[in-house]
Amino acid sequence: MAGLWVLGEVTADGTLARISTEVATLARTLAEASGQEVAGVVVAADPAAAAAELATYLPRVLAVSEPAAAHRPWSMIAAERIAALLEPDTKEFMFTGAGPDGRDLAGALSATLGWGVLANALGATWADSGPVVEMSVFGGKLTTTSRFTGPTGIVTVRPNVVTAEPAKKAGSVETVEAAGELRQPAVRVAERVVEAGTAAPIEEARVIVAGGRGVGGPDGFKLVEQIAEALGGAVGATRAAVDSGWIPYGQQIGQTGKIVKPQLYLALGISGAIQHKVGMQTAETIVAVNRDPDAPIADFADLVVIGDLFEVGPALLAELGARSG
Amino acid sequence: MHIVVLVKPVPDTASSGERLRPDGRLDRAAVPAVVNANDEYALEAALKLVAAHGGEITIVSMAPAAATDTMRKALAMGATRGVLVTDEALEGADHVTTVKVLAAALSGLEYDLVLAGADSSDGQGGVVGAGVAVLTGLPYLSYASKIEPDPEAHQVRVRRISPTGYDVLEAALPALVVCTQALGEPRYPSLKGIMAARSKEIVTKSLKDLGIEAGSVGGAVATTALVGSEAPPPRAATRVVREAPDAAAREIVAFLAERRII
Repeated sequence: MAGLWVLGEVTADGTLARISTEVATLARTLAEASGQEVAGVVVAADPAAAAAELATYLPRVLAVSEPAAAHRPWSMIAAERIAALLEPDTKEFMFTGAGPDGRDLAGALSATLGWGVLANALGATWADSGPVVEMSVFGGKLTTTSRFTGPTGIVTVRPNVVTAEPAKKAGSVETVEAAGELRQPAVRVAERVVEAGTAAPIEEARVIVAGGRGVGGPDGFKLVEQIAEALGGAVGATRAAVDSGWIPYGQQIGQTGKIVKPQLYLALGISGAIQHKVGMQTAETIVAVNRDPDAPIADFADLVVIGDLFEVGPALLAELGARSG
Repeated sequence: MHIVVLVKPVPDTASSGERLRPDGRLDRAAVPAVVNANDEYALEAALKLVAAHGGEITIVSMAPAAATDTMRKALAMGATRGVLVTDEALEGADHVTTVKVLAAALSGLEYDLVLAGADSSDGQGGVVGAGVAVLTGLPYLSYASKIEPDPEAHQVRVRRISPTGYDVLEAALPALVVCTQALGEPRYPSLKGIMAARSKEIVTKSLKDLGIEAGSVGGAVATTALVGSEAPPPRAATRVVREAPDAAAREIVAFLAERRII
């Protein structure tokens, strides 16, 4: 086994999740800088495609066939199969995404192996034979670095903290048959429902246009959607907008929603209360349109337009349209 | 139905007084504690399930002894009783300890469902629910937007939020379900609820009560350690635009072009 492991996450259609390409890039960079070995592992009913994609980022990938992954939630069985690959007394570090599947996987592996977890990494370096992980805590008021106290650990990595970059040379894929019965109690996927109009995952979006209470209603969100489309971005929302039923919970950004780190966060009618701020303050550029010059978002946005979003929004659409010709 | 809800008292994120102690641990005395927001959704889901199916709700917390005040807020919402695992040896506990202790606390209880929040506002790891499921051997159903138990058939159906919609999951009871805000707004405690909570039972348990050796958990065996911390670099000064809509829109576009976003 290698020193660093990238746990590849697989989407419902069997392809590699985008977050795993970023995690692989981060782990490979860390391995190169520290002289460690790095490898990937993909557990799926048919892991070939995802493993081959992960191998464009890493020198070596194990593809574990687990037929049960077709009809059971992925994380728990992946955790069981990955734990079974480890030699006794192994000294290794694992990296996975900090989204729902990655968190479930990390939690199951941590409890199975007794390994610690450093969660929501924004970056990692290497010191004293282990990773040193950078994280943001207390709603972004503090940036911390932490390490593992022993020779093992699991790191979950936030989306958009590194840009995925394939390795110069593609790696090898080794096929591994899953051995033995699964011990976890069965959970069955009775149905996978695709909801019409489900937007792309906002955690991975490069541009997010988000609306808050100031958007006023579902009709107002049509303007938010149009601007998002013009900028090639995804639509986000505050809890107030979600609670009002204007937009689904999956689009919510903040303490009890998603944490995002896009290149651009355009906030429309969002005051920027702390519960929302914790979800978006690490955006590279924050632009806000708000009628209230005293709204908290005016304190941390890069550019704030004091004005009515129903006047500035259409003008912005026209300007973007004129630009794209 | 008997439902256990895992509830974490956390520093109030709105207080903006959170800080680390010199030893790198969270200074829990510096800020008022509240019920973790994501756990309130789990509790609200439990209250609705008990209203529909009958039964009782036990909240389980691992926290310093003073956490009974915060637990009373959860009891005021309508939970039946509380179990607080508290022990000086738990100070500095990491995820691994938390999972071990909560799993041990559950082994002494009877339940059909264990509900947990998706993550805590202080730790933010989002790994405790899955870990507790592994150690207790419970079926694990996470990121629920709908929970439909059938106590007679000992089955539960859960909608798990997926990137493209949702998966319908089925498992046998007892099971552990991780809850999300999509289950509905937590209720405010009524005056009657607040009064009633004062006399509700909170059982305190030590590590010894749970059969856990003090040296095997807590800060002494923490798997992670803080190396350093610093305030993030301040964002550049905000550019404020007060022009008319058309001019303001041109400023936004120029600003985005300047930053090579468009």
